[in-house]
Amino acid sequence: MSDTMSPPTPQRRFSPRQVLIWGTVSVIGAVCWAVLALSRGEEVSAAWLVFAALASYAIAYRFYARFIVRRVLGVDDTRATPAERVDNGTDFQPTDRRVLFGHHFAAIAGAGPLVGPVLAAQMGYLPGTLWIIVGVIFAGAVQDMVILFFSMRRGGRSLGQMAREEIGPVGGVAALIAVLAIMVILLAVLALVVVNALKGSPWGAFSIAMTVPIALFMGFYLRYLRPGRVIETSAIGIVLLLLAIVGGGWVAESSLADTFTLSPQALTLWLIAYGFVASVLPVWMLLAPRDYLSSFMKIGVIALLAVAIVLALPSMKTEAFTDFAFNGQGPVFAGSLFPFVFIIIACGALSGFHALVASGTTPKLIEKESQVRVVGYGAMLAESFVAVMALVAACIIDPGLYFAMNMPTPALGPTLESASQAVASIGFTITPDQLAAAARSVEEATLVGRSGGAPTLAVGISEIFSQIFGGDALRAFWYHFAIMFEALFILTTVDAGTRVGRFMLQDTAGNVWKRAGDVSWWPGRYVASAVIVGAWGYFLWAGVNDPLGGINQLFPLFGIANQLLAAIALVVATTLLIKAGKVKYVWVTLVPLAWDATVTLTASWQKVFSDDPKVGFFAQREQYQQALDAGQTSLGTAKTVEQMEQVVLNTTVDGLLAAFFALLVIIILVDAARVWIRALRTGPLPTTEDPYVKSEIWAPSGLIPTAEERAHMRAARTAEAPRTPEPAP
Amino acid sequence: MNARPMLRGLWRWAREFAGERAYEVYLEHHHARHPGEPPLPEREFWRRRTDDRERNPRARCC
Repeated sequence: MSDTMSPPTPQRRFSPRQVLIWGTVSVIGAVCWAVLALSRGEEVSAAWLVFAALASYAIAYRFYARFIVRRVLGVDDTRATPAERVDNGTDFQPTDRRVLFGHHFAAIAGAGPLVGPVLAAQMGYLPGTLWIIVGVIFAGAVQDMVILFFSMRRGGRSLGQMAREEIGPVGGVAALIAVLAIMVILLAVLALVVVNALKGSPWGAFSIAMTVPIALFMGFYLRYLRPGRVIETSAIGIVLLLLAIVGGGWVAESSLADTFTLSPQALTLWLIAYGFVASVLPVWMLLAPRDYLSSFMKIGVIALLAVAIVLALPSMKTEAFTDFAFNGQGPVFAGSLFPFVFIIIACGALSGFHALVASGTTPKLIEKESQVRVVGYGAMLAESFVAVMALVAACIIDPGLYFAMNMPTPALGPTLESASQAVASIGFTITPDQLAAAARSVEEATLVGRSGGAPTLAVGISEIFSQIFGGDALRAFWYHFAIMFEALFILTTVDAGTRVGRFMLQDTAGNVWKRAGDVSWWPGRYVASAVIVGAWGYFLWAGVNDPLGGINQLFPLFGIANQLLAAIALVVATTLLIKAGKVKYVWVTLVPLAWDATVTLTASWQKVFSDDPKVGFFAQREQYQQALDAGQTSLGTAKTVEQMEQVVLNTTVDGLLAAFFALLVIIILVDAARVWIRALRTGPLPTTEDPYVKSEIWAPSGLIPTAEERAHMRAARTAEAPRTPEPAP
Repeated sequence: MNARPMLRGLWRWAREFAGERAYEVYLEHHHARHPGEPPLPEREFWRRRTDDRERNPRARCC
């Protein structure tokens, strides 16, 4: 590549072996992309998609990430990281890069990369694939790594603090509001996914309900019986979890089935109650054990899915592009490819939320500066691969079934016949018998109207897994296994997210009234938790009862909020590059920022101002208000006057939120531009970096040590004392 | 190739990943930085470590 042409740092030219390896990887990638781009009208094997992704990631990691780390950021391994400098034995601690990679990955990857791509599959497999792969390479992974680096150079400062210090109080306040807003919408959307997966499903509801006593048991076990025995406790927990899934199958066929067959409204109330109780209980009782369970399950299932996809190599039944990519009339979410694919798929391509993790715990644990590449860029590539697998799982199921599951429930009507007709009306086919058979094969009463991504993904996963392990006999088990796996970490996110929201609220309130900011004062804790739970609970309740279908209304808002946070992160990164006098490299973050701002603003603009009632919230509101004024008692899927009034209220709230998010983006951009112009006029501005301290420790940079690094480790081991922290390779 | 050291390395890595080695790491750290002072007993250490998260909630992404 061209960056060998200008050598400020002395480095070897590529050896013939390297040229051969990278030449081969490039050719494989190019062939896979060509097959994806050129094949039309026939079923394409998922292998092309998987290998196109892997080859692209490898090249990006090897060349682009290295370029950013060396030239743009200028990492310096002779410089001590905060972990080494502070090393207080608790939150600052040099941590093995492989362990940190795993922790960082577990913290950034949750239900997001599994849900977004599934919804975006309504436009075909290619739009989502392109955005996931290109987006992660040039935007998402860059954002994560750059924020991690800047936070690391500043003692592990949070994104909000950096925004306040680098841009000003306006940027800081905007970041705070954005984080709170995204948290609320995120929790509502994720909870809605769980509701849609569990409604009317005694099997699912029972297994998920069992996770609470299992986690409590683990909590007590770890606290009083065997402190510190995490692996042992988690192993017991996972066995109990599997038993709970099997037990769910029995419950569904027993007299208890009715007790666990819950309406969406009942589930909503349960979830809201759970969210409140879980967030005020001590961490050790519920959150900590849940966190272990969901982290291990997450990593295990994702690894299993990768293996199963590579072994089964299913072929995709969806087209490369469906008509919905261009006409904007998609039933899962409205709006055309640009900008909505880039909004719906956030996690896996570019997710602002990651900037919170990258400026939270991770920068305080990193051992060597050069490791930001594997931890920041590498973990995000791994999340992107999860998104690719989710897309594959959604695209291998029959498109008719996909739409029957993901169209808004009110549009599908009450029976299999009406659902079949609804699917036919948008140009796909599935017979009522096929719908019944699909539900029977996973032992559910029905699969119709299970929007939100999780059930679709579960059908896809059960399809892939049952090809490898157990055949049709285990299909129902795998379906509920996948549902459990997603619901498990969604509920962990609900718990952890409510806590984070509560802390931010208490922190803010503490500026006004000191007592309110005291996190150990229980009235403050209860009130703040209730406010946060009430906020997401409101959106959840509105979504569950939305006559137009909740997911299609709420998910775009979540996407906009997440991309708004990404805009803030990229603005901070761009500001820091300009202030440091690295203007010639500023395109590295400025180009993704420009793209992200364009996408977010276009999407908000359409959501607010579009004349198409399917896309624009206010156009929709107008339509229903006029119908109400004209004395109509039903319109579209809203069958009563109350439902129509509900639509008017929901669209007003959603529309105002979309406008508010857009306004925040503009405020931040204008405020940052002011700082940029000043920095460009006066030259580099004083840095806020921590002063240089020489590093005393050594560690390899990448996941796998290079030959030189291994030689260095051997030399160090023979030269020094027998106690080296590096485990035997 | 002997499989034993490799397995031991893997097990150690798994324990490290799960956070099980935290007390061992703490003891090493404590002896190096505060020699002479008695370290926290194991039970007390784990208790404080979990309760610490009460004050520092960690964001989990979507």
